Amino acid sequence: MGWARKVLRVNLTKGTCAAEPLNMEWAAQYLGQRGLATKYLASEIDPKCDPLGPDNKIIWATGPLTGTMASTGGRYSVITKGPLTGAIACSNSGGYFGAELKMAGWDMVIFEGVSPKPVYLLIQDDTAELRDAAHLWGKTVWQTEELLKKGHQDPLMRVSSIGRAGENRVLFACVVNDLHRAAGRSGVGAVAGSKNLKAIAVRGTRGVTGIANPKEFMKVTAEKKKILADNAVTGQGLPTYGTQVLMNVINEVGALPTRNSRDVQFEGARKISAEAMREKRPTDGKANLVTNAACFGCTIACGRISKMDETHFTVANRPEYWGATGGLEYEAAWALGCANGVEDLEALTYANILCNEDGIDPISFGATVGAVMELYEMGVLTKEQIGIEAPFGSAKALAHLAEITVRGEGFGREVGQGSRRLCEKYGHPELSMTVKSQEFPAYDPRGIQGMGLTYATSNRGACHLRSYTVASEILGVPVKTDPLATEGKPELVKAFQDATSVFDSAGVCVFTTFAWTMADLAPQLQAACEGDWSLEKLEKMGERIWNLERQFNLAAGFTAKDDDLPRRLKTEPAKTGPAKGLVNGIDKMLPVYYRVRGWTPQGVPTAETLQRLGL
Amino acid sequence: MKVTLKLYAALSDYLPDAARAGSALELDLPEGTRLTELVGRFNLPERLTHLVLVNGLYVAPAERAARMLGEGDVVAIWPPIAGG
Repeated sequence: MGWARKVLRVNLTKGTCAAEPLNMEWAAQYLGQRGLATKYLASEIDPKCDPLGPDNKIIWATGPLTGTMASTGGRYSVITKGPLTGAIACSNSGGYFGAELKMAGWDMVIFEGVSPKPVYLLIQDDTAELRDAAHLWGKTVWQTEELLKKGHQDPLMRVSSIGRAGENRVLFACVVNDLHRAAGRSGVGAVAGSKNLKAIAVRGTRGVTGIANPKEFMKVTAEKKKILADNAVTGQGLPTYGTQVLMNVINEVGALPTRNSRDVQFEGARKISAEAMREKRPTDGKANLVTNAACFGCTIACGRISKMDETHFTVANRPEYWGATGGLEYEAAWALGCANGVEDLEALTYANILCNEDGIDPISFGATVGAVMELYEMGVLTKEQIGIEAPFGSAKALAHLAEITVRGEGFGREVGQGSRRLCEKYGHPELSMTVKSQEFPAYDPRGIQGMGLTYATSNRGACHLRSYTVASEILGVPVKTDPLATEGKPELVKAFQDATSVFDSAGVCVFTTFAWTMADLAPQLQAACEGDWSLEKLEKMGERIWNLERQFNLAAGFTAKDDDLPRRLKTEPAKTGPAKGLVNGIDKMLPVYYRVRGWTPQGVPTAETLQRLGL
Repeated sequence: MKVTLKLYAALSDYLPDAARAGSALELDLPEGTRLTELVGRFNLPERLTHLVLVNGLYVAPAERAARMLGEGDVVAIWPPIAGG
């Protein structure tokens, strides 16, 4: 089997660590990582609990393919009740930490209670103990990793930690590993901070043992790697240009949310795109992009490594920011750039570095800054309140707001509450571009209709990674559909949601789906895991996981009213581009979606649906 | 007629040096020029002519040969790419 069959339960209140067997009955129903950890969480906490209170739990979970030879098999997720949304939170990260945890012999770590003082969890293979983190509290993610490696004299140790933002309970604080890979969304880092949990440091030397059919596994994973290598997108497009190549695409199709979604096209898009990152700067003759990078076991390597212009106003005389580090991905470049109208690539890179260094989600942060700038332009917020003039397009305001938000200073504390709370406080809730209090990512639902339904129904609040219909509507994977049409989108969204649930539960990266289908994943699971992992079983499992998350949210108090988009997207038509004159047709799509899902018109799974899925 | 050609990612190499910084080239084309004729004029390899948009709207491979360009059209082309 691909599982280690072992769970580490850490009671932070008592300071205890105990091993327990993985519930294999649940593993057969929910696979691992996202699905299985959600089953544990939903079974152990009251969905109505305070996300930042002692009754919430937080789980670090791997999948059965994490740490194996399967391509991209380095993923882990952090699952909890999210403080930004109050909904189920499941944030997925790459890098090397997940594989290390699995190689230490653990499928997941469940934290419960609250530690009376800051601690970190030290795992060395079978041994696990809580250690005092007084020397780490108040430190950035980067300082924490360095201090832990030096303190334990182990440069091979892997660290997953929070920065100051998580300590300060910024509601979109991340958990970061390997310096710039993050379980980024929904504020999982704030939950860790609320528990006085600074980090997990792990060293695993056991390898992943117990693959059900090793010979077959080696053969089938090699075959599937070849598919990724031969595919023009995963073999060439993503490694060369990264996700950032989408900047000009989404701008051309008129679906690039700009200036807090006032516009759907950004005149500065070219200047902050993948193409611009490769061009030599006039100031120093060097390009922003240094190279690409891969996570554990990944044969795609989409990651960006960048170096800043040392003369840029954000880092001049600050050599600590001159080194090569995680660069802009599309979502971050959009949120820090288009959402605010900022077209200064170096300023975006700087803000992104701060997000990595202290652990905040650049999507929610950038989108919240977009709302701040709109409120400033309306005269609702002033220079005195913000600490700087903050019109759309101000790179200085972006840099300033990033600095004070990660440090928890002044107005930064308000930004750290996210746009829904901030806009409500200042009397303009309609300006928050959120669903279930989580900020939109980089696709405007007026220009890509399916993404409106994706955001409205995402179980963790607005998110592109729950059903990436952009693949079909814009890129033609697996089949091309019309981005401006609503017909067929409920079925498309459901199919993407269910399939993504499986990939997120297996331990592999969702980017494999640009080349793989579920039929490529199934034989890898079949070779790794005991039992039946047929395509049919996996498809049903994806639907089961989606409905399990939905049930958690309903029990937490969410209703159909929360499956909605901000008024702006339903009443203010796109001003330019192919979607000119269009709003999002969520009201047409949602009833059909409920029906396709086997839910009542109120968005509740019927008894028949629950029975069919074994829920 | 005036037509704008935008070539992105690896296709930028097919633009004249002066046009690369903006990824775009303004062209004066004879009336009735078809999309495939424009692609042929720049020797764009078929395997790299993947995502083709005219004024932001997708043009399927089967429709490209028949597609006539008009005054002010903006043609944008990418090799196989993706993001997230």
